[in-house]
Amino acid sequence: MDLNAGPEYKSFREKVVTFLKENSHMAGKGRTPVRPNQDELEWQKKLIENGYAARTIPSEYGGFGAESDVLKSRIIAEEFSQSSIPMGMANQGISMLVPTLLELGTDEQKKSWISKTISGEVIWCQGYSEPGSGSDLASLQTKAIIDGDDFIINGQKIWTSGAQISDMMFCLVRTEPDEPKHKGISYLLIDMKTPGIEVRPLMTMTGHAEFNEVFFTDVRVPKSQIVGKRGEGWYVANATLTHERGMLGDPNQSATRLKEIIDLMQQETVNGEKLIDNPVYLDRLMRLQARVLSMSFNSLRLLTASHKKLDAKMAKLIVKLNSCQLNQDLAGFAIDLLGELGTIYGKSNHDHGSGKWQWKYMFDLGLIIGGGTAQIQKNIISEAGLGMPREPKPMAEGKK
Amino acid sequence: MEFALSEEQEILSESVRKMLEDNIDIDLLRNHSKGDDVIRGNIRQLVVEMGLPGILIPEEFGGSGLGVLEAALIAEEFGRYAVPTPWIGNSVMAPIALLYEKGNSLSEKWLPLIASGEITACVSLTEAVGKRSNAGLSSKDSKVTGTAIFGLDGELNPRIIITVLEDNLILIDTEKPGVTISEIPTIDSTRPVVEVVFDSVDFEIIPGGKDAIQKTIGVGRVLLAADILGASANMISNAVEYSLERKQFNRVIGSFQAVKHMCAEMAADLEPCKSLLWYAAYAQDNIREEAALLSCHVKAHLSEVGQDTARTSTQVFGGMGFTDLLGMHYWFKRIGLSRQILGGPEKVRQEAARLQGFLS
Ligand SMILES: Cc1cc2nc3c(=O)[nH]c(=O)nc-3n(C[C@H](O)[C@H](O)[C@H](O)COP(=O)(O)OP(=O)(O)OC[C@H]3O[C@@H](n4cnc5c(N)ncnc54)[C@H](O)[C@@H]3O)c2cc1C
Repeated sequence: MDLNAGPEYKSFREKVVTFLKENSHMAGKGRTPVRPNQDELEWQKKLIENGYAARTIPSEYGGFGAESDVLKSRIIAEEFSQSSIPMGMANQGISMLVPTLLELGTDEQKKSWISKTISGEVIWCQGYSEPGSGSDLASLQTKAIIDGDDFIINGQKIWTSGAQISDMMFCLVRTEPDEPKHKGISYLLIDMKTPGIEVRPLMTMTGHAEFNEVFFTDVRVPKSQIVGKRGEGWYVANATLTHERGMLGDPNQSATRLKEIIDLMQQETVNGEKLIDNPVYLDRLMRLQARVLSMSFNSLRLLTASHKKLDAKMAKLIVKLNSCQLNQDLAGFAIDLLGELGTIYGKSNHDHGSGKWQWKYMFDLGLIIGGGTAQIQKNIISEAGLGMPREPKPMAEGKK
Repeated sequence: MEFALSEEQEILSESVRKMLEDNIDIDLLRNHSKGDDVIRGNIRQLVVEMGLPGILIPEEFGGSGLGVLEAALIAEEFGRYAVPTPWIGNSVMAPIALLYEKGNSLSEKWLPLIASGEITACVSLTEAVGKRSNAGLSSKDSKVTGTAIFGLDGELNPRIIITVLEDNLILIDTEKPGVTISEIPTIDSTRPVVEVVFDSVDFEIIPGGKDAIQKTIGVGRVLLAADILGASANMISNAVEYSLERKQFNRVIGSFQAVKHMCAEMAADLEPCKSLLWYAAYAQDNIREEAALLSCHVKAHLSEVGQDTARTSTQVFGGMGFTDLLGMHYWFKRIGLSRQILGGPEKVRQEAARLQGFLS
C-alpha cells in the first residue's frame, strides 16, 4: 500500500480542477439513452484532447494515448464526481466494443471504428439477447449463412438498448449450426442502415423506450465485418461481457449519487427540520457511505491489479452484483428521503428532483437484470470464485 | 501509488498464518475455553517468539516499528484462527497510546517490556465510548478509584492497565496495591475481557489528552474490524468446504443453487471489506484527516457484514452448524464480541456522521 501522491500528482489535480472550473458550462447532463447532440460531441472532444476521456486509448486510434496510471484516473474521477460533472460518454460502443476491438480486432477494424466510436460520432448497440436466449445466451438462434462475400442474416434480437438511435450493432449470430452451442457463434459488426433490419422500440416500466426489438430479414453483411474467427464469437463476446460488467460497476457513479443525496439532505426540510438532522436518515446515509467507500477502494485495488497484469479474481467477480444493487439502494434512499414528494414522476411544482430518482430506481432494476442477472452473477461468483460445482445440465439439453 | 499489499506485508501475513495453521486447532480452542492456563501460556510464547508484540513499537524500544496496516493484517489472521491470546489491547492500542506523544518517560519505561513480551498490557477504553452506570473512575489525592470494564488482554496478569480518567489516558502499574482483575464472562471464550477494580491506586497520566484517546480508539476499531474480516473469511471458506463434502439427495449440497447463492452473497459482501480495511488501516498512519472517519466506517460496516456472514455460514452447515462438534460457533461468537467492543454499529455510525459535520 502506498497511496502517496508525488508533487506531479498535486499539479495534475490542480490541472483537472482548473479544467472543470473553466469548462464545466459545456458539460452535458450525462448518460441518457439519446444520441449526443452537437454540444455533447464538442464536450467529448474536449475531454479526449485533455485526457479526461479515452485516456489510455492509443492516439493512433483517436485516444489520448496516456500510460495507464491508477492515481491519475482516480484524481480525474474524484474531481469530476466532486463537481457533479459526468465523466466522458459511456455507451456500449465505448465501454464494450472498443476494448474488444483493441484486444481482438484486426488493424483495419481498429482504424475504422475506434476513433469514431470514442468521439461519439458512431453509436453502437449490442445485439446479443433473443426472445428465447437471455441468461442462456449461448442458445441463440439468429442465423448467418455465407453467400459469396457476405453473411446473410435472419432472426430476431430483443432488449437491444439504444438500437433506435444506433448506427451500428455488434451482434452474435449462429454461423455453424452443427457445432456445439458455444462453438457455433460468430461476432459481427452490422450497419443498422442495411436493408432488411427493422427496429421496433419497446416501452419499459420507466415509461420510455430504452430498448428495442430488432428483426433481421435477409440482411447482407460483408464477411470482413467479423471480429475473431468463425465460431469464436462466444469467446469474443465474453471478452466484451467483462467490460460491460466493468461499465455497470463504475464506483464513481455511486460516489456522485451519494454526494447528490447529501446535498438533498442539506437542502430539503420537513416540519422545518433539515433531513440531514434526522438521526435515522443519517444512520442509513452512513451505512450507504461505507458501502460506497468499500466499492471505490475495491476499484482502486482492481486498477492496481490490472496495472500489474494480475488477475483480481473475487474482487472483480463481485463488482456487477454489488454496484448495481448499491446504486439502486441509493436511489431508493433518495426517494424515501423525499417521502410523498418522492413519488412525483412528471411536471409538478412539488417535484424536488424525485422524477430523476424514480427513473434511476426503475432503470437500475433493469441494470440488475441486464448484462447477466444478479442470480447469474451469483452462479459465477460461487463457481469461478469459490470453486463450487457448476449448474447441472438439464436432460433435454443432451438432445441438441 | 499502489493499492495492494507489498511483498513484505504478504510475507508477514503468510508467516503468521503458517504459524497459526501449525499450532491452533479446534481442540485447542475447546480446551482453552475450559480455562486451560497451559494453553494460554503456550500460544503467548509462540506469538512472542515471532516478535509480534513489538510490531508497532519503534526499533529503539526493541520492536519492529511497523504500521497499523501490518498490525491489522496480523489481527485478520488472529481472527481467522480465533487465536486466544492478547493482541489488540496489548500489542496495538497500548503502544499507540504510549507513542501518541513522542519522548515521554512512560513509553521509555514500558514499551521495551511489551515488545520483548516480558509483560502484557490491558486496555479498557469503554468509559470513553459509552459510560455505564456501575462503572467509571474518579481520582482523589492523585489516586484512582472505581471500575474499568471490558478491558482487552487482561487475562495473563497484565503488568499495566491503560484506561481513561476524564479527558486523559492513564496508566496503572498493577504491582501497586489496590488493583483487582477478574474476567467478565462473555459469549466469546477465545478473547477474554476483564473488569478491573481500583481501590485508591497510584496512576500516571499518558500525555496526549482527548486526542490520544480518540486515536487509540480509532486504531482499536480498525483492528477489531480486521479480526472480523479474518473470522468471517474463515467461516465462508469452511462453509464452502463443508458444502463440497456433505451429500443429500445424492449430490453435494454445494451443488444446490440455494447454497451456492448463500455463499456467493457472503463472498460478495465480504470481498470489498478487504479494500476498506486496507485503506482505513493505512489512513491511521498516513492520512490523518481521514483516519477517524475511516475507522468508524470500517468498524460499523464489518460488524454488519460479519454478523450476516456468521448467521448465513452457520446455516450452510445445517444442524452441524448449531452443534459444538464443528465448533464454528467460536467464530460466530468472536464476531459477536467484536461488533460491540469500542462501540456498536449505530453508535459508531453516529460518530461517522458527526465527524463529517452532519450532527449538531
Ligand atoms: C435495461 C436492460 C437493457 C438491456 N440491454 C441489452 C442490450 O443492449 N443488448 C442485449 O443483447 N441484451 C440486453 N438486455 C438483455 C439482458 O442481457 C437479459 O435480459 C438478461 O441477460 C436476462 O435474460 P432474460 O431477460 O431472458 O431473462 P431469463 O434468462 O429468462 O431470466 C429470468 C429469471 O430466471 C433467472 N435465471 C435464468 N437462468 C438462471 C440460472 N441458470 N440460475 C439461476 N437463475 C436463473 C434469472 O436470474 C431471472 O431471474 C438488457 C436488459 C435490460 C433489463
